[in-house]
Amino acid sequence: MVFTSQDLISLSPVLLIAAGILVTLTIEMFTKESEGILGWFSFALLLGVAYLSLFLIDSPTMLFGEKFVTGGRVNIFFFLFNFGAAIVVLLSMDYMKKAGIYYGEYYIILMSSVLGMMMIAGATDFIMIFIGLEQMSVCFYILAGFNRKNEKSLEAALKYFLLGSFATGFLVYGLGLIYGTNGSLSITAMTLNYEVLRSNPMFLTGMLLFIIGFSFKIAAVPFHMWVPDVYQGAPTTVSALLSTTGKVAAFSALILVFSPLIQAAYPAFFTPVVATLAVLSMLYGSIVAISQNDLKRMLAYSSIAHAGYMLIGLAAWNDKGISGVIFYLTAYTFMNLAAFGLISLVEKRDLRGTEFNDFKGLGTKQPLIAGLLALTMFALSGIPPFAGFFGKYYVFVAAIESGMTWLAIIGVLSSVISVYFYLRLTVVMYFDNSDEMVLISPTTSAMLGIMISVLLIIIMGVAPGSILNLINNTL
Amino acid sequence: MENNSLLNYLLFTPLAGALLIMFFPAGKKNLIRYAGLAVSLAAFVVSLFVYAGFNNAVYSFSSFQFEFKYQWIEGLNISYFVGIDGLSLILILLTTFLTPLTLLSTWSSIQNKVKEFTFFMLVLEMGMIGVFVSLDLFLFYIFWEAMLIPMYFIIGIWGGERRIYASIKFFIYTMFGSLLMLVAIIWLAVNASATTGYFTTNLIELYSVAPTLGINIQVYLFLAFAFSFAIKVPLFPLHTWLPDAHVEAPTAGSVILAGVLLKMGTYGLVRFCLPLFPQASVQYAGWIALLAVIGVIYGALVAMVQKDMKKLVAYSSVSHLGFVVLGIFAFTQESMQGAIIQMINHGLSTGALFLMVGFVYERTHTREIARYGGIARIVPVYSTFMMIVTLSSIGLPGLNGFIGEFLILIGSFKSPVLSNWMFTIFAASGVIFAAVYMLWMYQRVFFGPVKDEKLEKLTDMTGTEMFIVASLIVFIVWIGVYPSTFLGLTDTYSASLVNSILNTNGIITK
Repeated sequence: MVFTSQDLISLSPVLLIAAGILVTLTIEMFTKESEGILGWFSFALLLGVAYLSLFLIDSPTMLFGEKFVTGGRVNIFFFLFNFGAAIVVLLSMDYMKKAGIYYGEYYIILMSSVLGMMMIAGATDFIMIFIGLEQMSVCFYILAGFNRKNEKSLEAALKYFLLGSFATGFLVYGLGLIYGTNGSLSITAMTLNYEVLRSNPMFLTGMLLFIIGFSFKIAAVPFHMWVPDVYQGAPTTVSALLSTTGKVAAFSALILVFSPLIQAAYPAFFTPVVATLAVLSMLYGSIVAISQNDLKRMLAYSSIAHAGYMLIGLAAWNDKGISGVIFYLTAYTFMNLAAFGLISLVEKRDLRGTEFNDFKGLGTKQPLIAGLLALTMFALSGIPPFAGFFGKYYVFVAAIESGMTWLAIIGVLSSVISVYFYLRLTVVMYFDNSDEMVLISPTTSAMLGIMISVLLIIIMGVAPGSILNLINNTL
Repeated sequence: MENNSLLNYLLFTPLAGALLIMFFPAGKKNLIRYAGLAVSLAAFVVSLFVYAGFNNAVYSFSSFQFEFKYQWIEGLNISYFVGIDGLSLILILLTTFLTPLTLLSTWSSIQNKVKEFTFFMLVLEMGMIGVFVSLDLFLFYIFWEAMLIPMYFIIGIWGGERRIYASIKFFIYTMFGSLLMLVAIIWLAVNASATTGYFTTNLIELYSVAPTLGINIQVYLFLAFAFSFAIKVPLFPLHTWLPDAHVEAPTAGSVILAGVLLKMGTYGLVRFCLPLFPQASVQYAGWIALLAVIGVIYGALVAMVQKDMKKLVAYSSVSHLGFVVLGIFAFTQESMQGAIIQMINHGLSTGALFLMVGFVYERTHTREIARYGGIARIVPVYSTFMMIVTLSSIGLPGLNGFIGEFLILIGSFKSPVLSNWMFTIFAASGVIFAAVYMLWMYQRVFFGPVKDEKLEKLTDMTGTEMFIVASLIVFIVWIGVYPSTFLGLTDTYSASLVNSILNTNGIITK
């Protein structure tokens, strides 16, 4: 195996992040909280790698004896992880200080989780997926409990850790069965032997366990129990990370495994399973979100529902579905980043103030923040002309093209339900009046992150063409 | 002669204005008001240019003018495709005409958050124009849905006591219908791609493909589209959101809601349901006409017993729009022409009624009929204006309402599809009921003893108010006396649409 300089360039996004973690570690030793250099360094690094990933998108390269691949679709995921994490860094800088939990490790762990995500997205082998997933998840467990003086944060971390490990158990067991039947953990080998394997019940059980393991990570019903508690208990900016890039990473693994089967035009064997998960997630997420009083919890259920919409794209079992999921993931990432970011601004020092009532009359007192939040809510509920709508449109087109109109109809019905709780926030902000003062001093870095996200939400809704082309070209 | 980017100017003038106004200081209310008015007047002027360049003598319902096409989202073959025909033009003129008048009417009634209000009104105007000019189903859907947001805020922020309930009900009700339509749009495009070979939402291409689809597919699609439009119209029994929304909305919201938003439902039926699914339309014409006639009578009867003036006018809308739907599904040129002109009539008359009710509400803060009485002596000018508007709503010959109702009744009487006179007979009774509830209200409010001493201090209409209503009355009389100006715009359009549908179904006109 010869490792050329070309390979080195292709791998550079991953290498840079890995090197960045080490550099950050060193900087952390010599700086104080007040200097803020760590945050800006991580931001610059993540942004640079995000850009680099897009720059290298045209050169798909197999590396390490076909164990890892970069370029093409993988780089779109690289971009999403890094760009998303960069925005999370912007949101975190002042939030962590406000919450009194500023530790330099935060950025290091955050970047380590990004490294894990990149390993998942670039994997060509089940074992690589597993290693990446663990790398990411362990970082997430720590981040969820980052506010170590807060009970809820600790509870979130513990719950996440226990259920996450449980899910990993399913996953590993599934991989064992897959290996046992195929004699290899390579995804290519699985695709080649699929004709034979698909009549093997042991292999199918393995795949099912694999799907279950990842259903935990993407927060699909009935494997969603950890989501509300973790999103609510974790520091808000961490919830932003978990709900966006974390979900993108988990979806990238599912796409990684299913997309070769779709492209080889193998029958849609897993469609019923995925469609069931989709229906359950959409309806359960939308219905239960209605009764939530905490915004972070509401967003958690909304995130469950969104996982359902994205699963429609997978269930459609065609190329349009895959690009639909990727587009949806992109849109969803920026919508949730904006939403959590705005909530983190309104949140008080003691980490209270994320309930609906705390947003009363915000439309008058903080017109800008309220306006952005309202826009984000409309985008999340899938109303044009924002990104969320186009994402839904795309997966619905994919589903209807493969003859699953019923799935699209359930999708739109749950959209209607979900409108209610998204609207509720605008009702509270604009139609209710309150005399209570809300003291918010939006900081530059956080506002920058939010503005970028909102701008992308609008652009992706009004002119989705170029992003769509980018995604389609990498199929 | 034909300037193809004229429609773009028309569409983006309000949006540009709205975005500009966002940067105005919120304190300068008058500046914002003038700016809003100027922008909406600019849009009106552009629409007049469109009118001037419009060619009446176009013979097919599927040919459009001022077409502008731009490949928007390549991956899904979606284009920004706009164009107009007589039907769109007349509704655009209604929109651009009503918007500045409505804005003007809010100068005294809307005092808080003027900036936001003007912003939402202008965005709403763009959405409404967008619906009428879109020739791509995807583009149409975007405007159709996006328009909900400003209307939702207008009801929710500036509305009455139960505004939250009303605005959410309005939003979710309409969204429910339109999302089913979204699935239908995709399903239609997917089915049509079997014939065309590619996925398209281009309306003109679908006009030729959709009618060739199997009757079962057509029926499902027709029902999904019709359901969405019926909610917007609103057709009985899907009307329950309307009284709530109307009563709670501020006057300006009610005027736009009644004047233009409801027309989108009937516009949708004519523009999409009929030409795309001609066989299914004829197959279900009887049922829809039945619901329309029930709506005519039900709306009138419920209006009769209302204690609140605004609610009365709201229910009268259900009744009037029942007429429009009956006209659409009678499939004769007369009834189609009647339905189109009745859309305009309803916009003018009901818009004027809501304005008039709003003017008096601003002074007395009550809309309860029982608390009024004998104010004809106190506010003579108001009473006169109200009389004209009331008569127009009733359908007095010489005023606009008569023309529309008469054409619809004639058309439905000799309809080749609704071969039952009962529709016409029952619908005609709606005209009588209208006279009853409108005149009865007029009598209770304006004649008899003065119930409340405070009413003695009621001031008459201001110059601005008179100007607003008088502008509407000009057209109320114009349509009543010389309707050809307006009927001429859609003459060939209606004939070609009706003939094409009848031909597709193999029906020979008597």
